[in-house]
Amino acid sequence: MALVLNDEQRMLQDSARAFISESAPVAHLRALRDGRDDTGFSRDLWKKFAEMGFSGILVPEGQGGSGLGVVEAGVIAEELGRTLAPSPFLSTAVLAAAAIRRGGSAAQQAAMLPKIAAAELVVALAIDEGVKHRPGAIATKAVRDGAGFRIDGAKTLVVDGHVADRLIVAARVAADGDPVALFVVDARAPGVAIERTVMVDAHNAARVRLTNVQVGADALLGSVEGGAALLEAVLDTGRAVLASELLGIADEVFARTLTYLKERRQFGRIIGEFQALQHRASELFCDIEMTRAIVIRALQAVDEDPVKARDIVSAAKARACTTANRAVQEGVQMHGGMGMTDQFDIGLFMKRARVAQELLGDAHFHADRHATLNAY
Amino acid sequence: MTTLDTFRAQTHAWLEANCPPEMRTPALTDEDRCWGGRRPTFSSEAQRVWMQRMAERGWTVPTWPRAYGGAGLSKEEALVLRQEMAALRCRSPLDSFGIWMLGPALLKYGSEAQKLEHLPKIARGEIRWCQGYSEPNSGSDLASLATRAEDRGDHFLVNGQKIWTSYADKADWIFCLVRTDPAAKKHEGISFLLFDMASPGVSTRPITLISGKSPFCETFFDDVKVPAANLIGEKNKGWEIAKYLLTHEREMISSIGDRAPGKSVGATARDAIGTDARGRLDDPGLRAQIASFEIDEMAFRALLQRSGDRARRGEGDPAMSSALKYYGAELNKRRYELLMAAGGADALEWEGARSDEGALARAWLRTKANSIEGGTSEVQLNIVSKRILGLPGA
Repeated sequence: MALVLNDEQRMLQDSARAFISESAPVAHLRALRDGRDDTGFSRDLWKKFAEMGFSGILVPEGQGGSGLGVVEAGVIAEELGRTLAPSPFLSTAVLAAAAIRRGGSAAQQAAMLPKIAAAELVVALAIDEGVKHRPGAIATKAVRDGAGFRIDGAKTLVVDGHVADRLIVAARVAADGDPVALFVVDARAPGVAIERTVMVDAHNAARVRLTNVQVGADALLGSVEGGAALLEAVLDTGRAVLASELLGIADEVFARTLTYLKERRQFGRIIGEFQALQHRASELFCDIEMTRAIVIRALQAVDEDPVKARDIVSAAKARACTTANRAVQEGVQMHGGMGMTDQFDIGLFMKRARVAQELLGDAHFHADRHATLNAY
Repeated sequence: MTTLDTFRAQTHAWLEANCPPEMRTPALTDEDRCWGGRRPTFSSEAQRVWMQRMAERGWTVPTWPRAYGGAGLSKEEALVLRQEMAALRCRSPLDSFGIWMLGPALLKYGSEAQKLEHLPKIARGEIRWCQGYSEPNSGSDLASLATRAEDRGDHFLVNGQKIWTSYADKADWIFCLVRTDPAAKKHEGISFLLFDMASPGVSTRPITLISGKSPFCETFFDDVKVPAANLIGEKNKGWEIAKYLLTHEREMISSIGDRAPGKSVGATARDAIGTDARGRLDDPGLRAQIASFEIDEMAFRALLQRSGDRARRGEGDPAMSSALKYYGAELNKRRYELLMAAGGADALEWEGARSDEGALARAWLRTKANSIEGGTSEVQLNIVSKRILGLPGA
């Protein structure tokens, strides 16, 4: 498949760019942060996301969604990266929608997907437990209890956890081989304790403690046997989309930095005339173009077959992490003292890039996964 | 079935019937490649047959017009041919600077007579070309070149010296940048000449490199008479042709960044060094470096494909060849540093059959030229700065 967006995807890109830059510029994030907003995102804006078809991007048309794919979700995420717009897009429209679409029963889909598309339901994926993303080392337990399960454990870095209506919790079922399965848990169920964690990027996250949480058999998403494969497919969907957000961050920071290099004068010259800066800018350009190419490939690959996409997704997420990291470091450095001020936006990009790198595995995690997938 | 599908099926069938089995393994050494020429050396009968069959079909230069020895294929058909050749692991039937560099320049700037004279011989591998660009005092600053060509009416009289002339000692003809107006500004007094390396006054001397091999020569011109008809384009307008040709050279070199068929660096290291109880390469630092390298290799491959896809949509940017050349060269250097680390003591052997006469160590050293030849990495970054990023004074 050609590694370029097709005409429909370009139209989506144009409309997403126009809409997001207009309705949620960087100032939108600042206002939420400075006002210590309880929700952490604008519910009005999220409603508009529904009108634009963004919240239902992965929801089938029959369930009220746009019925589009991961490439299209990536197109939107890239634009969100450009303005750092906070929204439940990643948690709900991508991760939860992918999980429910792939693993959900007809009843579960009917109960949640139309509400996700309509921006009436926020659903958060609760995976991580330690300081690093280690989906292979989940300790949260789901013990069979009558017809249902009893869940105990503690989760961290749960994106949009404190505003979620439902949680999708990864837990080990006490059975042969301790397989991991996904459970839909009501965020207000007895035994669920949620603590918002205010993060460096002013985007939403929470710690979630589950103590003796009783759920019915209908809480199980998919099957116990298929849980690990479902989880991996969902995570890879999210990773590819996050890679796209990181690409948007890198691209935007690079564009702003390049503009600055052409304006700022020192020693009687435009600083962009200095070769020391030109070469660093050009290397960063090459880095971003390589990452753009592999991110498109990864998004396409997940749409085709998430199992075959694993290696390419890890490559894309690793590249997006290192590229965005380099872009924000260079962005701050090349803006000089101005880059260190809160008034200037560059620092906000650095903060979001730090969190987006950590989410669903950083460059080291994905390099390790690449090596393991290739048997060395 | 679309026309392209039909073409794919026919191409596959023809390749299956005509590509000798010996030509369906990766070309590992220079001897595995066919360079053509007046006195061609074929490493096997299969190599000769394969080159001839492909040349007869115009498939050594598939997109060139039929009148000049090509097959007149569209870009889409040429892509299908490349894909089908890759699927059967067919080797390139003919490698040459004529195909990669001179041909495209002649197609754009040559007269009809010049095209008819030179292109079919390139397509059939009958004439092997070399490139007379760099001089001892004109490396990165190529436009400062000093080889003089005096206009004597019916001929030019050429005097001077070139250096780093790849395979000059094996080439039949040279395409050469010469100064025809020493008084003009440096970019405006350069012309593009073609001449026979057998002309009186041409001599070559191979340069032994750190790899112990001599792919490059010093080339000397002492009162060489070049017929006026061998001037390409206008006199003193050669720099435009030179730049156009350099774009093709960069595209050629950038492809070295792409992964060659065969074993990956990770698998090579695993088989050489071994793994721990968890199946991980028994050298954690090297493992992390290789993984990071392979990820960059995957991204580079994607960018090569994307650049081709964009060019086919008419959205290509010629200066992207500088970005690709820069990264491809750096990637290939990293690849060989890692292969040397993976090979350990075995990789250090310089002579003897076990190391195939130090093949890996020599290849490793050869890669160090990747970021120098065809414009250094620094020059490529200058071009990206100026042409793509629009930075001032670059």
